[in-house]
Amino acid sequence: MKLIESFRIAIKALSANKVRSALTMLGVIIGVAAVILLVSIGTGVQSQVTGQISGLGSNLLFVFPGSFEGGGSGGPGGGITKQFNTDDVEYVQRRIGAQGVVIPTLQAAAQLRVGNRTKGTTLGGTDQNGDASAGSLESGRWLTRGEVVGASRVAVIGSDVRDEFYPGQEPIGRELDINGQPFKIIGMLTKKGGSLGGSQDNVVYVPVTTAQTMLSTRDISAMLVEVADVDSIEAVKAQVERALKPRFSDQFTVFTQEQTLGILSTLLGTLTAMLAGLASISLLVGGIGIMNIMLVSVSERTREIGIRKAVGARTYDILSQFVIEAVMLSVLGGLVGILLGAGGALALQPLVPAEVTPWAVVLAFVFSAVVGVFFGVYPAYRASRLDPIEALRYE
Amino acid sequence: MTDAAKRPPSGEEGDPTAPACFDDAVLEAHTVTKSYILDEIEVHALRGVDLQVCRGEMLAIMGPSGSGKSTLMHIVGLLDHPTSGTVTIDGVDVSNMDANQLAAVRNKRIGFVFQSFNLLARTTAQSNVELPLIYAGVSGSERSRRAREALERVGLGDRLGHMPNQLSGGQQQRVAIARALVTEPSIVLADEPTGNLDSRSGVEVMAMLQELNAQGITVVVVTHDARIARHAQRVAHVQDGRIVLNELVVDRIMADVEKLTLDAEADTATAESNISVNREVAR
Repeated sequence: MKLIESFRIAIKALSANKVRSALTMLGVIIGVAAVILLVSIGTGVQSQVTGQISGLGSNLLFVFPGSFEGGGSGGPGGGITKQFNTDDVEYVQRRIGAQGVVIPTLQAAAQLRVGNRTKGTTLGGTDQNGDASAGSLESGRWLTRGEVVGASRVAVIGSDVRDEFYPGQEPIGRELDINGQPFKIIGMLTKKGGSLGGSQDNVVYVPVTTAQTMLSTRDISAMLVEVADVDSIEAVKAQVERALKPRFSDQFTVFTQEQTLGILSTLLGTLTAMLAGLASISLLVGGIGIMNIMLVSVSERTREIGIRKAVGARTYDILSQFVIEAVMLSVLGGLVGILLGAGGALALQPLVPAEVTPWAVVLAFVFSAVVGVFFGVYPAYRASRLDPIEALRYE
Repeated sequence: MTDAAKRPPSGEEGDPTAPACFDDAVLEAHTVTKSYILDEIEVHALRGVDLQVCRGEMLAIMGPSGSGKSTLMHIVGLLDHPTSGTVTIDGVDVSNMDANQLAAVRNKRIGFVFQSFNLLARTTAQSNVELPLIYAGVSGSERSRRAREALERVGLGDRLGHMPNQLSGGQQQRVAIARALVTEPSIVLADEPTGNLDSRSGVEVMAMLQELNAQGITVVVVTHDARIARHAQRVAHVQDGRIVLNELVVDRIMADVEKLTLDAEADTATAESNISVNREVAR
């Protein structure tokens, strides 16, 4: 029997049970759509985040306490890791002199309040040079040296904070409570847009000294070094490392923007792969659905199989008939899933960064076809092995 | 073959009326037995059957239910395997064939007509008849031509596009006969072909089988009904898994004549009912 006949028979069998075929396909549709959608979002977030890091400028060095290499123990925030403090900032600044500006950074969660309204946010303690990494101002001004030295209660807010408390109004000069203490808003940052896991615009920058007081600490989370000449970045990095070595031995790490990008890319890539893996599970479940329906279909059509065998169908004819049926279910489901997944990703683009990646589409499609073959073969094999007389007697 | 002719052809009894086919048997079964286990009890469905079907003859295999006649038909139709013994079709021993080879023999040499029609549901008469040709690898246009011819031959040339559920039982069975014929098989095996039909349709189906036989096709009818069996030229009586008697039919029933009789009766009945209606009206 020619393959085209198998296709004809399969199309006929599937269209005879339209609702069932559609429901069976739904499993694959959801699986494929989920893979494509999640991979698209993952890839989109990855390229957005790396884009933002690149946007910070290639002249930044990131200095974190703790060692990122050597098995991962004693990473940042580990209990025994010695933290930086403002002395270290001044010390590193003295060592590199005019080659760069060292900026302290202290990050913590904080609670904002205006009147009865409250909002959780990320508090960033920084200094007069911190605007290098915070982004451009939409209105008002950045922190001054005097405010940093004097630990003033002044704040530069992200656009989300304005939208929460002073929607549509100019926030400069207004009051804002941070962890129960009154601050004056002196500046607002330009909107950057969201990424997965929270808005980048939900931030409040205050003088690092003020933040230390509020958190009752002398420590800071990290140092940023804004290097004056991009070409000398490796030299400055080496200087910073030499400067910190006597104080912290190996328990600190200096990243260039490039390294940070590499680490983040790897991290987000892994995350994307994980999302794809999770979505693949639903594809697997869809495949099991196909097998289930094919088994039902085989036992329902036992008599048909008997008739076909009586008039001369060989084992291979029956096998190919049912395998093709299963593969058509999964491939049709795959195609619809691709349309839905890609369409969904495009529809979500205003909210979430999503990029429809060709490899995800190809992968999902191939996977769905493989699922069809894999889960179709067993029922088809059972069908093809039926004894003709048993099959004919089947009621 | 001369050996077979000399040997008592029907089991242990030895029956003088059983024919020798003059070296032209379409189908032969030699000492075929079939036993199977049913609820832990061994059942001997066939206990050594010898059967010869001569080319061009019309044979009835008759026996009460449970006699093994259906099992015999399934075995000589290559749908089932004998426990022991051999079956030859057109002189070829099929004992050692695998499932696919048997399928090919069924496809080319055997046509089946079943009691319950066994047509594919939601499939047109035309497509049902094409089915064996699909597995024979016949191309599309020739397939549809041959299927159409076969359906015309059974008088259903105007029902090509009908689904089985749009056809009467008699018509469905004629589609099944067309399907059996379409590959031009050596033999047509009909298992209780009238079992699910009213008497009028039954007579039509038997007339069809007799007509095909008259055109030279070998026909075997399996039945429990002595009257149906008498449509054949020869009746092999099966009892308890053996052929106990080979009987040449002397007063063969010709279904064509039966049909005329039925028509006449129907006419009379209609006439009578018309008269009674007229009387009612007259009052």
